Amino acid sequence: MIFSLVRNFILESCRTVGRSILHFFESVGRLSSFAVRSLYFIFVPPYYPRMIFRQFIDIGYYSLPVVGMTTLFTGMVLALQSYSGFSRFEAEGAIATVVVLSITRELAPVMAGLMVAGRIGASIAAEIGTMRVTEQIDALRTLATNPFKYLVVPRIMAGLLMLPILVLIGDIIGIFGGYLIAIYKLGFNQAGYLNQTWEYLEYMDVVSGLVKAAVFGFVVALMGCYNGFYSDRGAQGVGRATTNAVVSSSILILILNYFVTQLFFGS
Amino acid sequence: MSALFSKKTPVTPKIEMDNVHKAFGSNKVLQGVNVSVNPGESLVIIGGSGTGKSVTLKCILGMMEPEQGTIKVDGQDITHIRGKERDKVAEKFGMLFQGGALFDSLPVWQNICFGVLERGLITRKDAPDYAVEKLRSVGLKPDIAYLFPAELSGGMQKRVALARAIAGDPEIIFFDEPTTGLDPIMADVINDLIVSCTKELGATGLTITHDMASARKIGDKIAMLYQGKIVWVGDAKKIDKSGNDYVEQFINGRAKGPIETYV
Repeated sequence: MIFSLVRNFILESCRTVGRSILHFFESVGRLSSFAVRSLYFIFVPPYYPRMIFRQFIDIGYYSLPVVGMTTLFTGMVLALQSYSGFSRFEAEGAIATVVVLSITRELAPVMAGLMVAGRIGASIAAEIGTMRVTEQIDALRTLATNPFKYLVVPRIMAGLLMLPILVLIGDIIGIFGGYLIAIYKLGFNQAGYLNQTWEYLEYMDVVSGLVKAAVFGFVVALMGCYNGFYSDRGAQGVGRATTNAVVSSSILILILNYFVTQLFFGS
Repeated sequence: MSALFSKKTPVTPKIEMDNVHKAFGSNKVLQGVNVSVNPGESLVIIGGSGTGKSVTLKCILGMMEPEQGTIKVDGQDITHIRGKERDKVAEKFGMLFQGGALFDSLPVWQNICFGVLERGLITRKDAPDYAVEKLRSVGLKPDIAYLFPAELSGGMQKRVALARAIAGDPEIIFFDEPTTGLDPIMADVINDLIVSCTKELGATGLTITHDMASARKIGDKIAMLYQGKIVWVGDAKKIDKSGNDYVEQFINGRAKGPIETYV
């Protein structure tokens, strides 16, 4: 009796673990196939200029206030924190360099990526998920329109191209935030601070941040589209797709951030 | 010689399903569906929820691929075709979805002209007038052309969806539960519109429904689907004398009979 119970428990546990592993690999396979198709269809006409333009506005223009505010205050906090920390060993002069390198290499792309993931990833998943639930995606197919080209490609293109632009603007605003605090609160000399900012900034610092932004933009759009496209039926299904889109893209942003950093600065 | 002329030439069915099987894991939804619809004919497939009506439709439309059997349109095997070949076949189809499936983000005129614009049959400049013409044919006023679907009532949405389904002058029109969610009067209006639009276009119709009033009005022929198989097919006028236990239980709405109901 006890032997049978133990055996059943072990078998059930193995079954649960096996099912989870199979489900995981199935999801990874489906996501990979989705990502490859998304990139492939970017190069295959027809294109939908109106949809692409709409997504550029949605993802790029409307995210600007959020990204601007985030990077502005991040730059300000960074200057303040660096000052209070660096003053312990009289290295206040490095504040401008710390601000510019941190913002361009790390903080602007990651903060912008996370903010856009929250704002856009959720909205993409909810919109496409609702279209799935209300059969609008099936309707596209019956109207001889490839839903991938009509819905996914414009969003992926907007994510890939708009996030680097947002991050470039975020870089400028973030550095300006640090400058404001350094000059008007900490009493730094304007010319000296600006000189320090430019002196150690290299071309690659900005480029690496923009490459990260493009990767993050792709991830946010991809996870939003993927979760929306495979959303379960009903309001609960769309809700879950939205949550999954934000959580998965945020985690992927943090993981990929390490690998892109390793690629640029690992050696 | 006269015998030669009197011989009927065999008509190629517009839609033909032969022994179609479709399963989702262990759930066998279609278990050998055989259906044939001649050009200009209207076939209604009736059956309870979960009997495979929608799956049958999705298999023909190419949204699902059957594991076994063949589906032919105009004699062409379309069971496994994809890409441009599929798009070409899709141009023959018009579809009225159960919930309308209108695009929320587009105004009515763009919804109606979506397919024809996509195929380059009309220009964007001509599209609003074309949409108004289609709106008139489903009994709607031109001034709703610039409204969004969310601003319309359920019945109006259904009519706009019908206008979209017929906009490309399709050869085959599919109707998925066309009267679900409508009051009896509006349901009858939609049924009348379906009949008139289909006849006007000379199109072949395939409807799935469990609304018997709708089935009797729309269909030339009715087929009954049960447990993934067609259990009866015949003239719509003869459905009351089908002599089939499944059909009789279904059309009379009896709880007791050969159709198993799970509560």
